[in-house]
Amino acid sequence: MSEVNTGRRQVLAWGAAMAGVALAPGVTLFELAQARSPEEAASNKVRWGMLVDVNRCASDCDACVTACDQENGLPQTKTPTSAQWIRKVELKDLRTGATKSAPVMCQHCAEPPCVDVCPTGASFKRADGIVLVDRHTCIGCRYCMMACPYQARSFVHEPVTGQKPEVPRGKGCVESCTLCVHRIDRGGTPACVEACAASGHKAIVFGNLNDPNSELSQRIAELRAAPLRPDLRLNQGVRYAGI
Amino acid sequence: MINRQALAGRATPSVRAWWRTVVAFACALSVLPAMAADAPASRVPAPTVAIAAPGKCVEDTPFMLRNHMELLKHHRDKTVRDGIRTTQHSLANCVNCHASKVTGRVTGGKDAFCESCHKFSAVKLDCWDCHTDRAQAGLAAAGAGK
Ligand code: HEC
Ligand code: HEC
Ligand code: HEC
Repeated sequence: MSEVNTGRRQVLAWGAAMAGVALAPGVTLFELAQARSPEEAASNKVRWGMLVDVNRCASDCDACVTACDQENGLPQTKTPTSAQWIRKVELKDLRTGATKSAPVMCQHCAEPPCVDVCPTGASFKRADGIVLVDRHTCIGCRYCMMACPYQARSFVHEPVTGQKPEVPRGKGCVESCTLCVHRIDRGGTPACVEACAASGHKAIVFGNLNDPNSELSQRIAELRAAPLRPDLRLNQGVRYAGI
Repeated sequence: MINRQALAGRATPSVRAWWRTVVAFACALSVLPAMAADAPASRVPAPTVAIAAPGKCVEDTPFMLRNHMELLKHHRDKTVRDGIRTTQHSLANCVNCHASKVTGRVTGGKDAFCESCHKFSAVKLDCWDCHTDRAQAGLAAAGAGK
């Protein structure tokens, strides 16, 4: 091999830097769209969603579940009735015996059945596609839990103490994954996504489904990700690849 | 009670004046115990409004006295439904500024800011079933103008 041409290396590095600058306007625009100012309402210009790349998800890893519990102040010691906003599901192909593992949480449907059945209007879909329970209006009837095809919602059976200031929760209401709405509203990403990346698996991608250039949209297209139970035609915000 | 109207109706002017004095005196007597209620040993639990961090509230004090519940309920819907995250009328912000320097809380005990008045006026909040009543450590509350 010939000697390394450091001059050429330098030029290549500059080229990379230039490419970075050229990308910057698009990137900046996206950042702006993410970090709304506090007085600005959520808008339907964005639709928040996630991609779960099942091939990257390890069955012995529950970093997303732990992170969710910690972020939202959910009970650390589980009982059969304790709230669960995200859970790991093991899938087994009965013919080949192959197993796969994936996190399942609220799928943030565009046509959410929980919202359809709610008698008080407590279940609602925010303008940016996040499906939430307004617990000031929830009467704890649990119709939404029956309607949800993914069993994504939990009822709080026991009194709660020591809540986190940003995540109020208490007995007598139904609750579920909020996509970490308190983090999204200040430009952050959901805790599970962060934990999954920190664990090195990078199996969950978060982003704006309405932006065809977002990493999320591109990965969904590339991996041909689909919703769970597409036959229900709920236009879910969470997509799965590799199931 | 004495039926003052009925008695006064049949009385001569001088008798009427005499009755007036008696009634006024009786009224004054009945007010006295209520005034004494401000003393600590009283059976009546007068509110103690202890301001932990003196300065300004998020709106004028007289306005806050009358309308703090409306502000909170309005802000609640704005935040939960629309994702508006301003701090001025946020419940978490009230708690951060009004929490007692001793207990770090706005409820618990008759001197706690959000509890003393409510106990006195028989208002019971369910907010603390879900919302923490503790100030967030290391977070300075935003006052008026923010
Ligand atoms: C059953 C649980 C529950 C009860 C009871 C409850 N809240 Fe909430 N509250 C919530 C949840 C959940 C949120 C949403 C937090 C978020 O999205 O960041 C919230 C948000 C809020 C907000 C906006 C966030 C903030 O800190 O300003 C206000 C204001 C508020 N609630 C006021 C009240 C008041 C006043 C009461 C009592 C009359 C009350 N809430 C009772 C669960 C509850
Ligand atoms: C930056 C600190 C701060 C924040 C935040 C704050 N307050 Fe205050 N508040 C005060 C101070 C200081 C006073 C006393 C003002 C005075 O002496 O006139 C006060 C007074 C009040 C009073 C009248 C008490 C009385 O009898 O004089 C009420 C009621 C009240 N606040 C409620 C609230 C509510 C509800 C919120 C949240 C929406 C809130 N405050 C947020 C500092 C704050
Ligand atoms: C100066 C006395 C006083 C203080 C201090 C005070 N409140 Fe109140 N609050 C009242 C009174 C009186 C009412 C009832 C008004 C009514 O029913 O018309 C009330 C009602 C409320 C309500 C509506 C209750 C309902 O069931 O609709 C909320 C919510 C509330 N207060 C929150 C707070 C919070 C939070 C604090 C502490 C930051 C606080 N208040 C401090 C006097 C006070």
